[in-house]
Amino acid sequence: MLNDLLNTIQYSLTRDEKNRELLPLLLERHQWHLGSCAAYRDIYNTVFEGSIRQPATLADLPFLPVSAFKNHELKSIPDSEVFKVLTSSGTTGDAVSRIFLNKETAQLQSLALSKIITHVLGKARLPMLIIDSKAVFANKQSYSARGAGILGLSVFGKDHTYVLDDNFEFDEQVLASFLERYDGQPFFIFGFTFMVWLYLFNAKTGKRYDLSKAILIHSGGWKKMTDMAVDNSVFRASLKDRFGLDQIYNFYGMIEQIGSVFLENSDGYLHCPNFADVIIRNPADFSVQPHGVPGLVQVISVLPQSYPGHSLLTEDIGVIMGEDDASNGWKGKYFKVTGRAKKAELRGCSDTFKSR
Amino acid sequence: MSNTEKLIHAFSEALAVPQETIQDDLAYQAIPEWDSITHMILISQLEDTFGVAIDTDDVIDLSSVGKAKEILTKYNIVF
Repeated sequence: MLNDLLNTIQYSLTRDEKNRELLPLLLERHQWHLGSCAAYRDIYNTVFEGSIRQPATLADLPFLPVSAFKNHELKSIPDSEVFKVLTSSGTTGDAVSRIFLNKETAQLQSLALSKIITHVLGKARLPMLIIDSKAVFANKQSYSARGAGILGLSVFGKDHTYVLDDNFEFDEQVLASFLERYDGQPFFIFGFTFMVWLYLFNAKTGKRYDLSKAILIHSGGWKKMTDMAVDNSVFRASLKDRFGLDQIYNFYGMIEQIGSVFLENSDGYLHCPNFADVIIRNPADFSVQPHGVPGLVQVISVLPQSYPGHSLLTEDIGVIMGEDDASNGWKGKYFKVTGRAKKAELRGCSDTFKSR
Repeated sequence: MSNTEKLIHAFSEALAVPQETIQDDLAYQAIPEWDSITHMILISQLEDTFGVAIDTDDVIDLSSVGKAKEILTKYNIVF
């Protein structure tokens, strides 16, 4: 059933279908983690026991705050089965989240990512322009989240071409010869949002390259962009205006929940794939916010099996913009993330969580 | 060179390991030399060697030397 969800064409399930398909899988995950992860069981018993009726909809499922991964070893498999441990970069001074993957869960993750990315790029690998430098891999033992992101997306490209040199200087010659090589053909551009802005858009030469055949996927958050007063609509409009680049997909996800991969739809909003969903909650009492009202973003994914990450309350603030009616025909909810919750809000939030 | 020899040569070049290491049951991430970085080098080496363009699904699916043969067979390379 899980494989059916992954293998069918994405963005095809409407609200009722999604509830029907996902709920039994998620209840199965919940039971599995209760039985296999003592820390999950403890948190669940303390916070939710008695307060959760038999879930009738996705919104009734219990959820863990993402911060739990910093304070607890949340693992539903024996140590011998651990295949990979992912760690969040976190802000300086913060504890680091640790996510335990077995082979099966790691494979589900790459399958899910592939279903989503090939939905917009197609099955054939396209020539890939990377708005970064190979120097991000200089230390092979500990390359950054940026390096990991580039590697993760590299499977969808070929002739991987880095436009920044080893000193992180924009190499115009590299870009020009790439464009000449693939003149008139579709190609794939990947980069972190602020890198795309700083280096591609703001390239010193200010040349109006023809990128109308390109498909851009970018990721990495808006913090640095907000500091430069560039929001998503300015970003999209600027790239379209200067380069004719209009196939642009922002990408939102988090290390704590594999399978939560949200790609932007043609309206510029993040869209839930068939195997994941989003619920917005009131930070004061955790009730579900109606569409259009901002609150804490809860992410749901059927993938996590090796650790209890199937239903998580993030520290991001977001708002649902619509459901099943995106203008490119994609079904499912779509939303935008407007920022991070303020420290005070989160503190209030975790107090409530403790006292429940 | 037979296709099997070409395959062994491509693996050995891409992963920078001796040809003796390249056995059918050698799996992705089973040796430090075959990681996510060298995997993409391997894919382009296989594409160049056999003159094929490998689809994304097959890049992800190519999890061992034996699997590589199986996948390349789909692209009409005979072993």
